Amino acid sequence: MNLSFIPWLILFLPLGAAVVITLFTQRNRQVSATLSVAAVVAGFILSVIFVKTQGWQPATSEIALNWLTVGPLHVDFGLHFDALSLAMMLIVTGVASLIHIYSMGYMHDDPGYSRFFACLSLFTFSMLGIVLANNFLQLFIFWELVGVSSYLLVGFWYGKASAADAAKKAFLTNRLGDFGFILGILIVWATLHSLNLVELHNTLQVNPQALGTLATVAGLLIFCGAVGKSAQFPLHVWLPDAMEGPTPVSALIHAATMVAAGVYMLCRVFFLLNPNTMHVIAYVGGFTALLAAVIAVQQNDIKRILAYSTLSQLGYMVMAVGLNGQAPAMYHLTTHAFFKALLFLGAGSIIIGMHHEQDIWTMGALRKKMPATFWTFMVGTLALAGLWPFSGFFSKDSILGQALGQHYYILFAVGVFVAMLTSFYMFRLVFVVFYNSAKTDHAEHAHESPGVMTWPLRILAVASIFGGGFVGIENIYLKQFPTETTQQAASFAHQIVAPFVEAPAAAWLGIGMFFIGLFAAYALYAKADKDPLPEKLGALSRAMRNRFYIDEFYEATFIRVHDALAAVAAGIDWCIENVFIGLIRGGTDFTGRGLRLLQNGNVQTYSFLFALGVAFVLYLVLAR
Amino acid sequence: MHVGLEHYLAVSFLLFALGLFGVIIRRNVLVIYMCLELMLNAANLALVAFSRYSALENTATHNHLDGQVFVFFTITVAAAEVAVGLALIVALYRRRQSAHVEDLTIMKN
Repeated sequence: MNLSFIPWLILFLPLGAAVVITLFTQRNRQVSATLSVAAVVAGFILSVIFVKTQGWQPATSEIALNWLTVGPLHVDFGLHFDALSLAMMLIVTGVASLIHIYSMGYMHDDPGYSRFFACLSLFTFSMLGIVLANNFLQLFIFWELVGVSSYLLVGFWYGKASAADAAKKAFLTNRLGDFGFILGILIVWATLHSLNLVELHNTLQVNPQALGTLATVAGLLIFCGAVGKSAQFPLHVWLPDAMEGPTPVSALIHAATMVAAGVYMLCRVFFLLNPNTMHVIAYVGGFTALLAAVIAVQQNDIKRILAYSTLSQLGYMVMAVGLNGQAPAMYHLTTHAFFKALLFLGAGSIIIGMHHEQDIWTMGALRKKMPATFWTFMVGTLALAGLWPFSGFFSKDSILGQALGQHYYILFAVGVFVAMLTSFYMFRLVFVVFYNSAKTDHAEHAHESPGVMTWPLRILAVASIFGGGFVGIENIYLKQFPTETTQQAASFAHQIVAPFVEAPAAAWLGIGMFFIGLFAAYALYAKADKDPLPEKLGALSRAMRNRFYIDEFYEATFIRVHDALAAVAAGIDWCIENVFIGLIRGGTDFTGRGLRLLQNGNVQTYSFLFALGVAFVLYLVLAR
Repeated sequence: MHVGLEHYLAVSFLLFALGLFGVIIRRNVLVIYMCLELMLNAANLALVAFSRYSALENTATHNHLDGQVFVFFTITVAAAEVAVGLALIVALYRRRQSAHVEDLTIMKN
């Protein structure tokens, strides 16, 4: 049976939902939500069917329509299937389904309910487009669409100045990275004369030097795109601000779409990255992981803590790509999608329970009042902090193992240290929010969220526990990125303990760091009513709380310079408008006023002038 | 004295100049109107004279009547014009109680 229509359906169902909602069902909230949820859930079911029937590496790996041909440039609109894109498709549709369902509860009282679901569907569509794209141009178009959707959703509450600013910041910061990305794509096209990813891969396999001296430049420019989307240093500043959007959006951005796109794209085009580029990528990733984790330790907004945690985990993934570990990177992306979606949705549940209060120091003792949220959040925390046998342990361990295997000892040390910080700031969050005593009235009267919100949490919690060593997600990616030591037929029991056998140093250090972080957090925060760290660390703590003044630094340098340039441009504009245009306008006006005096309305004057004119013409004609 | 084409043309020119002068300096619309007619008839005179003298010079062909036919057209058109023009002047006078051009400058500026 020809199933090639299924991927098209999966891709275009969310777009259809977005269009129908925008055009027809805006008024009817219930229908809009149902449409949007149905589209993405159907997408998930169809993805499962497709993968079940076609396997992870389908026989027809590409279906494409010729989209445009301009001279030597041929661009397809096509879909590419391999283990990487199919697994990603499952994650995107699966996690997005749960987030859609959760949103029905979370956004229930919002006046922009229908608009929210339309944007959410558009977002899912854009991300699926990136995942399935078979050429660079299509990838880039959907890449930009993701940017637009994130702009719409981060600025969903556009009436709030901070949300509007955050949306602009997210979009512009992304544009900065995308500018590099498109330059990279142009270099690739100029040297290799193709945009098709498979063709490019084949060309480079035959002749690894095909890009010549531009290889590093092209690789770094393409990496720029990932730096923007996946929020790596120095373009990481937009992600924490993007917390201004509704919480399900944060979950979607952080788990399945947007930030995952950068890492996914790097894995998709890893063949374009030469060793120099890889080196840079690895260190940028490592630095981002460290920086974000340190900042996360002193944040007080529950969503911001999670945002910096995402940054830090993305740093891990990018680092893994740079260490030639595409499979570990995607593995971590997958498990991270589960537990970070879980954590964000849990945070959303807490925020709703706390009547939109986000400061963790106003919460406390929520364990008893919100049991479902507490237990699922706990699972997410354990997975993120990397306790065996939760999913996060396996994926983080595979990255650390990769660093060790590639002999990048500095990055390995950074990874281990960040693991400790991760455990510390997550348990800081858990102790302050769920244990201790209630610090405000809101916390005393917090209530559990409805089932439509807690059930997605439960499902994600299950995925966060078993998504790691138990279902062999890594093996899917290893099909795509085989390594020398791939052992496909590992038994179930072997898989679960594999980390301890293969790279005992990484595994035991990981576990050790988990407990160090846990105990440090327990010692400091189990009984604390306010944060004890600022007193102990002084200026360092202040710097951490203020995100190392990176935003302020950008404000003072780039934005100031940009403003100055804009002022100059505005001045030139003013000159043109007022001097040149003004002269032309004023001159015309002045001449007009002068000529008007001649129009005295007297017929005789006109006839006199007319006679003079005739005489003049006669003179001209006859006098020569 | 032999009367030639030049004499007719001189008279025609004088009539035309008088008419133009009248159009430019006279105040009363009716008089201006009469001056206009004068100019028309000056042109008629010139046409007839040209027609006549060109026929005399080219004795081989005696049928150079173009100018005279033209004059008939001019007279016809002038008659039609008088009908319209006088009606306009009467209507104007009824409305404004004046037939002086310097009172008729509402299209000014």
